[in-house]
This record gives sequence, structure tokens and C-alpha cells, in this order.
Amino acid sequence: MGDEPLVRWDWIWRNWDTGRPDSILALLESHVVMAFLPVLFGLLLALPLGLASARWRWLYQPTVSVMNVVYSLPSIAVFIVMLAVTGLGQATVIVPLTFYSLAILIPAVVDGLTSIPDHVRKSAVAMGFTPLRRLVRVELPLAVPVVLAGLRVATVSSISLVSVGALIGQGGLGYLFIDGWQRQFTTPIVVGVVATVLLAVIADGLLVLAQRLLTPWRRA
Amino acid sequence: MITFEGVTKRYDDGTVAVDDLSLEAPTGAITVFVGPSGCGKTTSLRMINRMIDATEGRVLLDGQDVREIDPPTLRRGIGYVIQQAGLFPHRKIVDNVATVPYLLGWDRKRARARAMELLERVGLDAGLARRYPFQLSGGQQQRVGVARALAADPPVLLMDEPFSAVDPIVRASLQDELLRLQSDLQKTIVFVTHDIDEAIKLGDTVAVLRVGGRLAQMAGPATLLTEPVDDFVREFLGRDRGIRRLSFIPAKDVRLEAAPADLVTDAAGRPLGWRADGGLLPYGTFNPERDSLRAALDAALLAANGTAVAVDEDGRVIGVVTREALDEVLGQYAARHTRPLPATGEDPRG
Ligand SMILES: Nc1ncnc2c1ncn2[C@@H]1O[C@H](COP(=O)(O)OP(=O)(O)OP(=O)(O)O)[C@@H](O)[C@H]1O
Ligand SMILES: [Mg+2]
Repeated sequence: MGDEPLVRWDWIWRNWDTGRPDSILALLESHVVMAFLPVLFGLLLALPLGLASARWRWLYQPTVSVMNVVYSLPSIAVFIVMLAVTGLGQATVIVPLTFYSLAILIPAVVDGLTSIPDHVRKSAVAMGFTPLRRLVRVELPLAVPVVLAGLRVATVSSISLVSVGALIGQGGLGYLFIDGWQRQFTTPIVVGVVATVLLAVIADGLLVLAQRLLTPWRRA
Repeated sequence: MITFEGVTKRYDDGTVAVDDLSLEAPTGAITVFVGPSGCGKTTSLRMINRMIDATEGRVLLDGQDVREIDPPTLRRGIGYVIQQAGLFPHRKIVDNVATVPYLLGWDRKRARARAMELLERVGLDAGLARRYPFQLSGGQQQRVGVARALAADPPVLLMDEPFSAVDPIVRASLQDELLRLQSDLQKTIVFVTHDIDEAIKLGDTVAVLRVGGRLAQMAGPATLLTEPVDDFVREFLGRDRGIRRLSFIPAKDVRLEAAPADLVTDAAGRPLGWRADGGLLPYGTFNPERDSLRAALDAALLAANGTAVAVDEDGRVIGVVTREALDEVLGQYAARHTRPLPATGEDPRG
């Protein structure tokens, strides 16, 4: 790359918001959507699946095994297979990432529920909670810290995995890596890395904040 | 009244935890289930509020089979206290105490007002109400557990080793507190413990269970100490039964004599010691209105001259009890409460 500087600020300035889909702002936006929707969907699916696995323990092992297999599949291979199903849209990235999130969140929900001390659960029964009320008022709130810890891992890994989608044309900030590579031009690569890291740090920070607000009852 | 009628509990793995148990826990009294670990105390207790259902037999609450009552409804009318207190970590103390009132649909204000009232009743500072359980000591958590069990004023209270996780001093004060509360509230209490001293201190009636879930003996604490039915009960009761049963004899009948001149008192009449050449010698006091014969004997043994000092509520001397006077009541008591042993080869230690 010769005497080219690592970062050309004027390039960033010009490409920040051009209104085209490959402007930095537009890529950031699609990155956020493709990273967060899977975590959201994953959480919505992990709650019932985790509850079922905690309730019927024999379900837990098979569920976790299936999820681990899913998690071990190379993301690029999955994206390519998905192309055949969903075509060239954001769904091609969102669907597999939802499964990755599930693989992290189901065990988190199950661990959260099983981490509740038995005497607490028993005393809820003895007080006269109905099963549904006990779940909503006692068990789910007490599972929150463990679920949030899982949510942090799922969010950060989802943010980093989206970039891989660039290889099939749907990668948010990942596009900048490919663009920079093809043109032997470092600025977009640096911008992509910094933006991804910032995104992850901010998202994680928000989750830590949520943890503080939602669980003031925990030992500091 | 709680009635066990031929109750047996067999767990799925075949363990017989409770075997053909029949007994009555009278209304307004404390009935203690005591016995070694694994003898089925917890199982028996949980069959009352249907956390466990009996395999055979019936448990009746004021004549009604508990199995005819929907479990959540039944449980909201029965307070329950356990060893680790079982407080909800995510709810403030006040809301922990108000749990059952909330479940019963009381409005928030009334439930919280009731909770505050109970916190005071169990001797907790109102300032603790806004804290979370982890910010309380074990003894305080246990008091909150008792307050929570009492919040909806249930007629029945089940307590499963509620005080066994706290140190002996806190335990003694929690026990005293329970007795004080009970003298006001007269709940029907079933109290489980493996500590025979706790059973004897708290129980109006004590049911001794043996491993395998069978009832060995059920009696008032004084009778239990005097007349254990067999070796198992005798061994479980442990040493010093003769001394311990003195705890149940009020000291009010001992003969008081006027305090002699060598008992030195302060201006208010409170004892300072026994006069001796080198200064003052130690003394022991008891309150004849409130204390037992055991306390009187103890007070006598604390003094070099073997004379116990009787004091009133304010600690002022009202007389003394000599060893002769103590001997007299102890002799009468022993004669009255000792029965001939059965002729059959029974162990004569009894
Ligand atoms: N869910 C269960 N399945 C099988 N066996 C059980 C179960 N719960 C208790 N047991 C057995 O039943 C017996 C009585 O248990 P229980 O808990 O009632 O005893 P306990 O008197 O309360 O003992 P501890 O003083 O140790 O609390 C024990 O042998 C125990 O191992
Ligand atoms: Mg037990």
C-alpha cells in the first residue's frame, strides 16, 4: 500500500452519509438491524424452550446438543445454504444468527432457572403461589442475572458475526472489509473494525446498565 | 386442630418416610416433632400443607381432609417457616413479609402497612423494611421469615427447623421471641427440630419420631423427661433428665427467708454480694414469680454459702432460699413424680 496513510479522513468524511446503501451510516444501520434482531428473536424463542427444558429435564440435553451442533457449523457455510432458502436479503443473515443466539440463550435461561435455590422455590410453593404466578413473580425475576449474562455474550458475538455475511452481500460493516481488501485501501478496513468494536462496547455497556437497574437486589 | 390418621408416606423409590402416623396437634398449642435426621419430620410437616401428599391415611385440618382443599388456597391459610428463611432475594423485606397478603389480593398499601406492623412485632427495626434480604444477618432474616408466615394471620403455623442455622445466642432469643408471640397469638403451631432441648423448651406437646417414620412417644415435655417409654427415647433425651425436668417446676413454692445481714445490697435493695473478710463473695439470683426450680438451684450453686437470693422484677432482694429449703422442695418433687418401675426387665436407669 506504499506511502498511502493508514486512515484517510477525507474518505470517511465523503462516504459518511451519501444516501447510497454503501455509505458508512447505511452500513452501520443494517449492521445494527442484522445483529440485534437475531438476539431479540433468540431471546423470545429461548424463553419458552428454556422453560420447557428446565421443567422437563430430559429435554435439556438433546436441546443443548442440537444447539451446540448448530453453533459449530461454520457461519459462511450456513449463509451460503441459506441463500437457497431466503435469497439475497437480510433474512439470510438474521435466520442463522438467531440460531447462534439460541445456542447461547437456551442454556442461559435453563441455568438461570436452575440456579434458584431450592429453599426459595419451596417457600414460594408453601406461601401459596400458583405455578404460573410463581414463574412470573419469583422464578423469572431470579433468572434475570444469568439470562442477562448470556444476552451479553450473544449480543457481542452476533455483532461480530454479521460481518461474515458480507461475503454473500449482506454484512453491514463487513462490506467495508471486502471493499478495502479489493481496493488495497486500508481506510474502510479501519473504519469497519473501529465501528464494530464501538458497537459491541456500547451494546455491552447498555446491557450492564440494564443489569444494574433490573437487579438491585444482588450482592454488589 | 391438626389430625394425622394412620398416615404413611412411601416415596417413589420405596423409602418409607412416615409409617402409620396417628396423632393430634391441638389448636392454639405448640406441637414439636423431634427425632434424628431422616426420621420423616419434614415429610410429616409437608403433608399438612400438601407440599407432599400422603400415600395412605388422612391429614385433617379442623376435621376437614386437606386433600379436599385446593393447595394454593390451603397454603395461604398456613404460615410456613424454614431453616434458611427462604426469603425472596429480589424483593425488599417489606414486600417479602407482604407476600401472602398480596396473593390474597389485598391492596398494596394495606399489605405493606400490615407488613410494617409485623416487622415491629418480631422485633425488627422499621428501617430494615427497604432493604433486600442479602443486607440482613441470618438472625434478622429468620425473624423476617416468621413475620412473613404471620402476615395474613393464619391460624396454623408450620416451622421446619427455623432456628437451627443461627448461633446459640441468637437461637435462644428467637425461641424466647416465639414463645412471647405465641402467648399473644395462640396459633396452632407444628414445629420440627432435631434438637431435643429446643423441643423441650418450646413444645406444649413433643412427638418423638424414630427413623423409619414411626412415632416413639408423644407427651408433654416434663412427662417425657420423667417417663421415657423406651431406650430409644431415653437415649435421645440425653443426660441430666432429672435436672432438666426441674425447668418445668415453678419456683414460687419454695420457702423464702428474710435476707441475713451479711447479704450486702445497694441503696435500691439490689444485691452486691455476700460479706466476707477479704471483701464480697459471688451470689446467684432467681425470680420466684417467673423462674423455675432449676433457676433457684442454679442460683444456690453459684454462691459460696449455697444460699440463693430471690429478687423481684426490678432485681431487688425479697428474701433468700437456703439449701435446706431447696432440699425440702426437691425431695417433695422427686417423691411426687417418680413412679415404680415396671417389673419386667426394664432398664432401671429411668
Ligand atoms: N423426594 C424424596 N424421595 C425419596 N426419598 C426421600 C425424599 N424426601 C425424603 N426422602 C427420604 O425420606 C426420609 C425422611 O426424610 P425427611 O426429609 O422427612 O426427614 P427429616 O426427619 O426431615 O430429616 P432431617 O432432620 O435431616 O431434615 C429420609 O430417609 C429421606 O432420605
Ligand atoms: Mg427435615
